[in-house]
Parts: sequence; C-alpha cells; structure tokens
Amino acid sequence: MPPSADTAATGAPAPAAPDAGPGGSDGGLRLSSLTKRYANGFTAVHDLDLDVPRGSFIALLGPSGCGKTTTLRMVAGLEVPTSGRITLAGQDITDRRAHQRPVNTVFQNYALFPHLDIYENVAFGLRRRKVRDVESKVRAMLELVELDSQARKRPAQLSGGQQQRVALARALINEPEVLLLDEPLGALDLKLRRSMQIEIKRIQVEVGLTFMHVTHDQEEAMTMADTVAVMNGGVIEQLGAPAELYENPRSTFVANFLGQSNLIEGRVLSRSADVTTLDMHGITVSVPTARTHTDGDRGWIGIRPEKVLIGEEGADLDAPGNTVPGGVVSDVSFVGVSTQYLVRMPWGQELQVFSQNTGRTRMFTVGEKVELSWRPEYAFCLDINQDAAAGVDDGETR
Amino acid sequence: MTAWLRERMVLLLGLGVLAYTFVPIAVVVLMSFNEPAARNVYSFDGFTLHNWANICEDAAMCEALGLSLRIGFLATLVATVLGTLAGFALVRHDFAGRSSANLLIFLPMAAPEIVLGSSLLTLFVAAGASGLLGFWTILIAHIMFCLSFVVVTVRSRLAGLDDTLEQAAADLYATPAQTFWRVTFPLVLPGILGAALLSFSLSFDDFIITNLNSGNETTFPMYVWGAYRVGVPMQVNVIGTIMLLFSLAVVVTGELVSRRRRRALV
Amino acid sequence: MTQAAQAVPETATLAAEPSGSRRRRGRTGYLLMLPATLWLLLFFVVPFYSLVATSLFDASGSDFRGYEMTYAWGNYVDVVEAYWQPFLRSLWYAALATGICLVLGYVLAYAIAFKAGRWKWLLLVLVIAPFFTSFLVRTLSWQLILSDEGFVVDALQFLRVLGPDDRLLATPVAVVAGLAYNFLPFMVLPLFASLDKIDPRLVEASSDLYAHPFVGFWKVTWPLSLPGVVSGTLLTFIPAAGDYINAEFLGSTNQRVIGNVIQGQFIDANNSPVAAALSVLLMVLIVAMVLVYVRRAGTEELL
Repeated sequence: MPPSADTAATGAPAPAAPDAGPGGSDGGLRLSSLTKRYANGFTAVHDLDLDVPRGSFIALLGPSGCGKTTTLRMVAGLEVPTSGRITLAGQDITDRRAHQRPVNTVFQNYALFPHLDIYENVAFGLRRRKVRDVESKVRAMLELVELDSQARKRPAQLSGGQQQRVALARALINEPEVLLLDEPLGALDLKLRRSMQIEIKRIQVEVGLTFMHVTHDQEEAMTMADTVAVMNGGVIEQLGAPAELYENPRSTFVANFLGQSNLIEGRVLSRSADVTTLDMHGITVSVPTARTHTDGDRGWIGIRPEKVLIGEEGADLDAPGNTVPGGVVSDVSFVGVSTQYLVRMPWGQELQVFSQNTGRTRMFTVGEKVELSWRPEYAFCLDINQDAAAGVDDGETR
Repeated sequence: MTAWLRERMVLLLGLGVLAYTFVPIAVVVLMSFNEPAARNVYSFDGFTLHNWANICEDAAMCEALGLSLRIGFLATLVATVLGTLAGFALVRHDFAGRSSANLLIFLPMAAPEIVLGSSLLTLFVAAGASGLLGFWTILIAHIMFCLSFVVVTVRSRLAGLDDTLEQAAADLYATPAQTFWRVTFPLVLPGILGAALLSFSLSFDDFIITNLNSGNETTFPMYVWGAYRVGVPMQVNVIGTIMLLFSLAVVVTGELVSRRRRRALV
Repeated sequence: MTQAAQAVPETATLAAEPSGSRRRRGRTGYLLMLPATLWLLLFFVVPFYSLVATSLFDASGSDFRGYEMTYAWGNYVDVVEAYWQPFLRSLWYAALATGICLVLGYVLAYAIAFKAGRWKWLLLVLVIAPFFTSFLVRTLSWQLILSDEGFVVDALQFLRVLGPDDRLLATPVAVVAGLAYNFLPFMVLPLFASLDKIDPRLVEASSDLYAHPFVGFWKVTWPLSLPGVVSGTLLTFIPAAGDYINAEFLGSTNQRVIGNVIQGQFIDANNSPVAAALSVLLMVLIVAMVLVYVRRAGTEELL
C-alpha cells in the first residue's frame, strides 16, 4: 500500500472559518480511526483520520471504490462504521441514527420525493423538526436557489439542473453542521456542471457552513474545495490545498490522478538540505529536497507536462539546471490554448509536453529532433516502489 | 405506400390482435340491448333498454351478484392487508426462511385452479366441515388465491422503489415511522390499489375453485354456469358491461390522476 | 495494488447492502410475514396434503359412509387407465392455446412496447379490459360467435373453408380458440414488461452491425425478451390446463378435459379418492413440465 497519508488538516487553509480555534477542530467534524469492513470482507475505509474545520469546504477525491462515498455515508449516519468515532461540534455522534444527526446530504441522484412538490420537498426537514416559520424560510431558500416560481411543481417536471438546486435547497434549509454532497453534479452536462460548481461555492461562502463533497472529478474538487483529500484503497493518500496537492504530490497515485505527470526513473547521486541530485538515464538533474518524498537510492523524477519546455536542439531555453537533449517528436496534438507533444527520449520513454500557444514559439512536427528542459524547482521525486501508472486511468473523467 | 405499410405493419397487426380480443366484448355489450324472441335463442332480435331498466328481473341472478360482490369486497380487503404486510416483509426485512416464504407465495399461482379447489374441498371434508360449505369457505378460498397476487404486486412495486428516498427522509430528520408514512407508503400506494383491483376481479370472476367449495351458495359465475343450459337472461350481459365500464373507469381515472399530478402546473 | 482495490469496486459499496438501512433483521419481519404465511399454510399447504391423503383412500368408500386409509396407490393406476384421454387432451389443448397466445401476444406486446408511442398506456388498459368482464360471460359470448348461425361460420362457409354441414362449436378448434382468447392477457403483460425494458438502441446497433431486421430480432430482441416469454407461457399454460369452462361451453362430450372429470368425480359421482388422485397427478405433471421447461429456457431465477 502507498504510505498512509497526512492525517491531519493542520496545514489546510480554512478561509471561511473565522471562529475556528487553533487546529480548527472545535466546531468541526473529526473522524478518528474510522473503519468500514463489509460482511464479504471488503474493507471500504481503513483506519481513517480526518479533521474538517468548521466552515471549510473539503472534497474527498478518488476513483470509484476508493471509500469516499462510504466515508460520507458514515458521516450521514446511513452506514454504521465497523470501528472508529465520529465527532461533530465536540459531540460524539457515532451512535446516533441518521435522523438524529445535524447533518444533511445532497444525494447523487438527488433523491427528491416524487410525490411531493418542490415546496414540500424543501420544507420536509423543517416540518420533521417542527421548526416555526416554515413558509418564510422555504420562500427565502427557494429564492436563494432561484426556484421561487417553481414551488408547486413536482420534481419530475424540473430539469436536471433545477432538481439539483432543489436537492441543495432541501439540505441547506436545515442549516446543518455539515452539508454532505455525494457526487451532486455527476448527472449534469459539462456546461451546467461548471456553473453549478461556481454556484455551490458561492452559496457555501454565503452561508458559511461546513461542506464535505465527494467526487471522482479532480477538476471539480480543485475548483470548489479549499481542502482536497485524495483517497485511494480506503485511505487518504494526501490532504491539502488544491495547489499544494497539484504542485507537490507525495505519491505516484496523486501525481497521476490529479492532472498528468511524467515520471522518469532516476538514481540518487547526492542529497543536501536544499537539493537532491539524481542521475536520469545519464543526465544529471536536480530536485528540491523538500519535494523529494523518498529515502531510497532510486526514485521517480516527476514533472508536470506544462512545466516542460520544448525547443530546437541547442536552443537556449529559460530553464537552467535540467536540460534533456536527444528527444524526437512522436506525436503532435493542437488543442487551441496549447499544443500537446509526445516526445520519445533516448531511453525509449515517451514524455508529455504541453506548450502554451503564446505565438512566440513555432510548432514542431513529428520526427523533429528537440531538446526538453524544466526548472528544477518544479520537479518532484517519488518512491520508486510505487506503481508509476497508479491512478492514470482513474483520472480520465472526461 | 409500401414504406408506410412496412413502418406500421407491426402496429397494425398488434391493433388487429387487440380488436380480436374485443369481438366477444362487443357481443356482450350488444346483447345487453337485445330483446330475445325466446328465452334460449341467441340472436339479436331487437333493440331494447328493458334489460338495463330491469337488471334484477331474475332475482336469483341479483342474489348471486350480491354474494359475489360481498365476497369480492371482503376477500380483497383481507388479501390486500395480509399481502401488503408480507410484501413489505419480503423486500424490507431479513428473516430465516425468506426464500421458502417466497416459494410459498409463488406456488399457489403455479397451481391450476382445479387443484387448489379440490385440495381445499378435501380439507373441509376431512375436517368434518362439509356441512359448513358456504359463504365462509368461499371467502377463505378467495383470500387464499388472491393473496399471492397481492404479495407479488406489492413486492415488485417496493423493490422498484429507490431506497435512497428513504435515506433522504432519514437524513432530513424523519423518524422511521415518519419515513414510512410520509415517503414509503404514499409511493407504494398505487401498487397496493392495483393489487386490490386485481384481487377483486380475480375473486369476482372465479368459478372453478368456488364451485367446489360453495355448498349451497351461488355466486354470479355459478349462476351463469347453472343458467346457460336453459338460456342465460340478457341481464347477464348488462352485468358484464357494467363490470367492464366500472373497471375501465377505475383504471383510466387512476392513470389520469397520476398524470395530472405529474403534469400539474406545467 | 490500486488495481486490487478497483477490482472490488463500488459494487461492494452498493451491492453489499448498507447495513441497517435496507433489509432489517429482527422480529418485525416475522410478524409481518406471519398472517399471510399462516393463511397459505392452513389453506394451501395443509389442503394439498389432505388432497394427497384422500387420493390414497380406499376408492370403494363414499362421501357418506366415509373412507378408509389404505394407501391405495392403485388409485393412480386406475385413474390413468380410465382417464388418460382427457388428461392428454387437457395438456394438448393448453399447449396449443399457449402457442397461439405466444404468437398473438408477442405481436401485440411488441407493438405496444415499441410502436405505440404516447398511446402505450391506453393500449395496455385495453389489453386488460376484457379481463374485467366476467370469464363466463366472455366465454358464452364466444359460444354465440362460433354458433352455427353466427357470422364466423357463415363467413367460413361462404369462403368454402367449412363445408355446408361443418360447424365450429363443439369442436376442438372452438375450445382451443376460447382458451387462447381467455388467457391472452396473461401472456401479453409479462411479454410487455420484458420488451418494454429493452433499449431500442440495441436493435439499432444490431442493424448498424449489418443484421437484417429479422436477424436483429432473432439475435437481440427475442433473447432479451425470454424472461417474459417464459413467465407468459407459464401463466397461460397452467390455468389453461386446468380449465374446463371453455371445454364445457365451446366443446362437446368429445372434448371433455381433465377439469370436467375432476369436478364431476367430486360433485356428481361423490368419488373423492379418484378426483383427488387426478388432481395430484395434474399438479405433479405440471410442476414437472414447468421445471424442465424453465431449466431448458435457462431462466431459473424466475421461480
């Protein structure tokens, strides 16, 4: 198994949590040693620790079967953990049943009650708790999601995007301690999904509640959440702000699942406090020691395709340090904002290069000899024992 | 022209089959307005409203009809309640012997009516109750054979119910009882009503089982059976027509109500 | 290692029923099941046992004098010798009627599922509507239609399909036609349920892959509709095999079926052991045929 990841969100920024104390756990959600094992022996979630500060927006990101949905359902009270505790706002809620928890869920397929109209769907939770002022609260909530004119329609009469907003409103109106979103945008088309991502994020900032969002779509996770937990095989592989995860992945799974990475085998030559130098198929390259996540004498040298510069042989590229000659362009895809190259290296591996379409450099053609280079500070180095293809296919969500 | 025909061939054939199923029905409706020249002559001799105006001309027929209605109503009530409970147990609960229970539900539907009827008769005889054959034995038999159909109908409706709806209700602070009465039950209700309608028509229509277990009582189908040699009164066709119209009305109303609910305020 | 986790993918989280929420354990299940189970045990299982017992009574007794339990297996031999003809006739008529129902029902169900568009529900209502007119009244109506003076015989005689003295009523043709007519809805509904689930794009895909429409039907639609075919044929065959109303109203003494015999032995001849033996035999035969049939069709899960 990959190394069990960071387990506390101590480094995670929580901009929308002004009242969160140090460590951010006072009013937040804390999962400790949470484990879910099914009767058939499959362990969906394995000894998971997670601290979600109040008012933050966390995304659980991972491929199907990674345990993210099971984690969410345990928080909702829809699944009983095999072991471990769930604490919310200082109270242990592990043994409370779903209807007794101040937690609400936006379900994957919305789960709107087909026999009730929109108004009654939204009012459902308030009525169960015998809250006063149902009328004004529901009206206000429907206005927030811009559905006030649809109050008396039934769910089946609404479009997918509208149903999605009803599901959100139905959960939000209860002002839960934590709002759980279970792949809430999966059924929407790309354009609508983009606008809903922004919409949900806006609402989260507006209401200031804790949101926990489950998704397999890395772009969605990075767009919406301020903290992303990448899950794989029932454990959190890495936790952090989107940019941090992307720039400094600690495992091959994270490197491949979040965006794409070139992983090239290298042998460690020397380590200092600042820089680790490696031999990469006869070329000496350096990686910041702070981004070197292996103690072994070999490692995967990782570099994101858009960080790689491509030039003619002998060209002077603005990337002192790591220059790799001898590449031959084997494929060119022009995608508008950029050109994506595959470059076959002397050692046989094909590297990906994304070149921004700034107009300052010319396009290369298949068969041309080129030179690649990148700034050392963008590179990272991972444990050679990890599978270089981990998370590659899972990341292709669209 | 040929393309038009080829495109609609299957539909036309299907409508043809449907039309075929309505030929006898059309005759029933037609004969309900017949004024027969003699009691056992079966040809359309003249149009009259007499049969409709004097449904109970033959008191025995109406007596039999009354019995069938009473039995049908009670059998439907009991079978629907017991069957609905069992349907819930089978879909929503786990208990030892669940698969045997499913088999027990299935078997009565796989047995020909004549076998069901003769089994019950031998039981009543063996229990020394042959003198008691009548209303109650008919009712017992009807509940028995309606039960399985109710269970199957309710079970499939429940199994088709998205259980995330119930999870959503629990998530929205509904207690298990509230979840049941506000979400589960309303959503299963159409299935229960359908099962009840099916029960009633099965009960009202049954002849083979009833005939063996009825003692001296006469249900409507038994009356028809007994009367057909001497000539069935035309009012029988009136009853057939009324049954048809009634059930059509129920089904169509049900469908329209559920459509209006879906389409309201579009 | 990540591959291993994906091999047991979300199915584990979905199929392994979320504990506690879906199928609950505990007493409630038993309580809910109890009344229906009791009713069926008392009035279906126990009677069947008593039917088997009765079939083994000494046949020389009578309903009035009582019977002796002699384990008279010979009853079965006797009834087979005496009544093998109506027995075979019942099964034969039922099989014929089922075949006709399958052809007619398939066309109708197919038309409703794929060609009816927005009129689907209305056509379905029309399929079940005849079912709500009393069975006996319906069959009597057939008697009228097929009678010697009826328009069908006139038309067939005019077309020289029937000779001037031929008739339809009181022939096997009439009985089988009546059975096929009466049990058609039992065939159409399961067929429709199966066909309606089939994605029409599958058929389009098959024609895209060079299948002639008939081949596409045979390779795609038909196999996918098999569950409906199996349950439809069972729902038609079983009641048809035990029915005697059609034989009585539309046939003659030459078309006596096993239902007539059983009914007569019980009610008119007061010979319970013989009637019971016939019933048991009918049930056993039908169950055996159903099992063989279902196994051959590969649809055991229906049971």
